[in-house]
Amino acid sequence: MRIEELRERVCAMYPDLCPLFSIEFGDGAISVPLERVHSAAADLKEMGFDRLGMVTAVDRGEEFEIVYRLQSRDLRAGMFLKALVPRSDPRVPSMCDLWPAANWQEREVYDLFGIVFEGHPDLRRILLPDDWEGHPLRKDYVDERIIPRPDYI
Amino acid sequence: MVTEELTLNIGPSHPSTHGVCRLLVRLDGEIVTHVEPIIGHLHRGIEKMAENRTYLQVVPLTDRLDYVGSMYANWAYCRAVERLAGIRVPERAEYIRVIVCELQRIASHMMGIGSSAADTGATSAFLYAFAQRDLVIDLFEELCGARLTYNYVRPGGVSFDLPDGWVERCRAFTAQHPKAMLEIDGFFFGNAIARARLKGVGVLDPDAAVAWGVSGPSARGSGVDWDLRRDDPYSVYPRFDFDVPIGSNGDAFDRARVRLWECIESCRIIDQALDQLEPGPIMADGLPRLLAPRPGDAYDHIESARGSLGVYLVSDGSPRPYRMKVRSPAFCNLAVLPLIAVGHTLSDLLVILGSLDPVFGEVDR
Amino acid sequence: MSSLLLGILWGVAGVLVIAGGAVIGVWWERKVAGHIQLRYGPQQIGPAGSLQMLADVPKLLFKEDIVPSGADRPLFKWAPLMAFAPVAAAMAVIPFAAGWAPFDTSVGVLFFLAVPSLEVVAILVAAWAQRNSYAAIGGLRAASQMIAYEVPRTLAVAPLVLLAGSLRPTEVVAAWRWWWLPLLAIAFVVYLIASIAEMNRGPFDLPEAESELVAGYFADYSGMRWAIFMMAEYGAVITASLFAAATFLGAGWPFSGALGVVALVVKTSVLVTIVMWTKWTLPRVRQDQLLRFCWVVLVPATLVQLAIVGVVLPWM
Repeated sequence: MRIEELRERVCAMYPDLCPLFSIEFGDGAISVPLERVHSAAADLKEMGFDRLGMVTAVDRGEEFEIVYRLQSRDLRAGMFLKALVPRSDPRVPSMCDLWPAANWQEREVYDLFGIVFEGHPDLRRILLPDDWEGHPLRKDYVDERIIPRPDYI
Repeated sequence: MVTEELTLNIGPSHPSTHGVCRLLVRLDGEIVTHVEPIIGHLHRGIEKMAENRTYLQVVPLTDRLDYVGSMYANWAYCRAVERLAGIRVPERAEYIRVIVCELQRIASHMMGIGSSAADTGATSAFLYAFAQRDLVIDLFEELCGARLTYNYVRPGGVSFDLPDGWVERCRAFTAQHPKAMLEIDGFFFGNAIARARLKGVGVLDPDAAVAWGVSGPSARGSGVDWDLRRDDPYSVYPRFDFDVPIGSNGDAFDRARVRLWECIESCRIIDQALDQLEPGPIMADGLPRLLAPRPGDAYDHIESARGSLGVYLVSDGSPRPYRMKVRSPAFCNLAVLPLIAVGHTLSDLLVILGSLDPVFGEVDR
Repeated sequence: MSSLLLGILWGVAGVLVIAGGAVIGVWWERKVAGHIQLRYGPQQIGPAGSLQMLADVPKLLFKEDIVPSGADRPLFKWAPLMAFAPVAAAMAVIPFAAGWAPFDTSVGVLFFLAVPSLEVVAILVAAWAQRNSYAAIGGLRAASQMIAYEVPRTLAVAPLVLLAGSLRPTEVVAAWRWWWLPLLAIAFVVYLIASIAEMNRGPFDLPEAESELVAGYFADYSGMRWAIFMMAEYGAVITASLFAAATFLGAGWPFSGALGVVALVVKTSVLVTIVMWTKWTLPRVRQDQLLRFCWVVLVPATLVQLAIVGVVLPWM
C-alpha cells in the first residue's frame, strides 16, 4: 500500500489527528497524545497491522518519545506510532494485551530507559543485571566507567 | 512419596545454548515444566556506543551484532543511513550487496542447520554443513580480508570491488551447493532418528508466530508466508525470480528444513545477480567526508537469515547518530521459547532452542 | 597360592589388554570419525597420527585431579575404578579359541552377561557423588537405559546357549557351526544394538549426551579419573565385540591355531568399527524413544528368534 493511501485511511479513522500524520523519509508516522496511544494501537491492529515490529524510545530532553513500529502483511506497509511521555513520570500503557511480542521489547525499554509499562505482566530488567543502577540509554546517564570520546572525531 | 521438581541452570556456558544464554529450567523428571531464557550476558551496549561515534564508525559495531551474519547488520544499518542522508547507491553496489548477503544467508543457515543436527547428536551432519559454510567464508575473505566481521557494506556502497576471478569462484560455489544441500537433506533430514527427534517438537502456531513477532525461517516454518525480499521489496530484489519456501507443521523439522531450501533459493538469486552484474562504480559520488544528515528519524529493515532485521536511526543534525535502535529478529524469536518448549523433554528443549537459531550477539546487542 | 598368583597375573593381563585396546581404539575412532566427517583425524604424531595417544596419555596423567567441593570424596574417587572393574572381569570368560578361555567356568555366559551390568552401579555412584544436576540426570538416564537393555541382550544370547546346550563359553565355541550365522542373524543384530545401548554409545549415548548434559554422569571428572571412565567405555566396546566375534561369529573360524587368533582379532575389529561408524552417523534418540525401541522392537524380535531356534532344535 502506498503511503498516501495509508494516510487517507488513518485520517478517515482519526480526523482530528490527521495533521499529526507525517511522512518523512518515505515512512508514515502518527504522533498521538499519550492517553490515546493504546486505543490507537488497538484501532491500527484492527485495520490490519498485525505485527508489532519494534518498541523503542528516544530521549528528547524534557520528554521521552516512545516509538512503536507497526508492520502489516496484508496492507504491505509499515508505520510508526509515537507518543511523548513526560520525563518526570514516565508511564505508558503496556501493549502486551494486543501483541505478546511487546513483552520482551517493553522490558528492554524499561531496562534501558526506565519507562514503566502499566499492565505489563512481568516488568523486570532484561539485558542488564537486576541490581544495575540507572538506565543507560538516557542522555543524562552517568557512569564513571564511560570514557568520553574526544571531540575531534 | 514426595517428589520435587529439579531446577536446572543451563548455561550461560553450555554446548547447546549457541552462545551465552542461560536457561532457567524446572524439570519434572525429564519433562520441562518451566523455562525462562535469561539473556544479556553478551550485552555490550552497542546502541549506546553508537551515540558516541560518527555514522561511518558505527559500521564495525554492527558487525558485532549478528556475528554469523555480519553482512546483514552492515546492510540494514547502511540502508537506514542512506535513507536518512538521501544517498543514492550505484547499481553495481546494490548487486554486490545482494550477492554477499545471499552468500551470508547460506553461511548463516549452514550454522543453523548444523546446530540443529549437533543438538540431536549428529555431529557428522554438523560438519558437512560447516564444510559448505567454510567455502562461503573463503569467498568473503578474498573479498574483504575478514572471515567473520566484514565491515564490507558502507553507507553509499560497498568498500571493495569484486577481485579478479571472484565471480567464477562464486559460480563454482553455487553450482555445487544445491547438491551438497540435497545430500544433507537425504542423510540427515531423511534419517529415521532425526525425523523422530525433530518432527512434532516445538510446534509454533502461525497466529502465535505473528503475534509474538517471530519472523524469518522460524515463522516460515509455521507457514507464515512473509519474506521482506518479496513482500516489501528493497534494493534490486524485484528483478530476481525466486520462491519463498514455507513449512506447514511449525515444528523444529520444518524450521530447519525451510533453512535448507532457502539456501537453494539463495543460489538461484546469486546466479541471477551474477548474470545481471554490470561494471560501474561501487560507491556513491560526492559523499561528504563526514555525514551529518538533517534532523529526523528513519527506519529500514531487510530480511536477514533470522528474520526482519531493522535499524531505527534518529539524527539531530550532528555527525553522530542521536539514537540507534536495532530491531533484532533473534531477540523477538527467542521470546517465544517458553511458549513452545514447555511440556517437552529436556532433550527436546535444546533442539527447540537450536531450531529458533538465535545468535546472542544480536539478542543482547 | 599359585592360583592367587595366576589370578593376579591374568588380572594384570586383562587390564593391559583393555588399556592397550582403548589406546588403539581411541586413535582408530578418531580416524574413523574424521574420515566420516570430511576431515583426516589425527595425523601429526607418528604414521597417520597413530602415536597420538602417546601424547594424550601423559597429558591426562599430569592433569590436576580435581574433586569438586561438595562432592562425596570417597565415592567420587572410587567410582571410576568401580566402573572399570566389571569390564575387566568380563574379559576373563571370553573364549579366545575353541577350548580356551582365561577362566573357563561352567556359567561363563551368564557371568559375561551379569558382571558388566554392574557398571550401572558405578555410574549411579559417580552421578550421586558429584552433587551435580547434570550428572544426576545422566546417572538416572543410564540406570533406566542399562537395566532395560539387559533384557534384549540376555534374550539375544539365549538362542546361542540353547543351540550349544551349554553355558560354558568354550563349549559354545566348540559347538559352533557356520549355519548358525543365518539362523541367529536376528539375535546377533539385537545383541549388537543392545550392547551399544549397554555401553552408552551413540545413538544411545543419552547418559552422557554432550549437547544436553555436557558430559552426563562424568561431568565433573577430569584427568586420569575421567580417562578411566573412557577406558571402561572402550573396554566395554572391546569385550562386547570380542564376545560377539567369539560366540556369534565362531571365534577363529574358518582357521585354527595362530591364524584363528588373527581371524578373531579381525572380526572383533570389524565389529568395533561398526560400533564407531554407527555412533558417528546417527543422531541421538530421546529417552522415551529409546525405551520404546527396546520393549516394542528388540524384545519381540528376540522372542521371535527364540521361537525359530525352538523349532529348529528338535531337528538337530
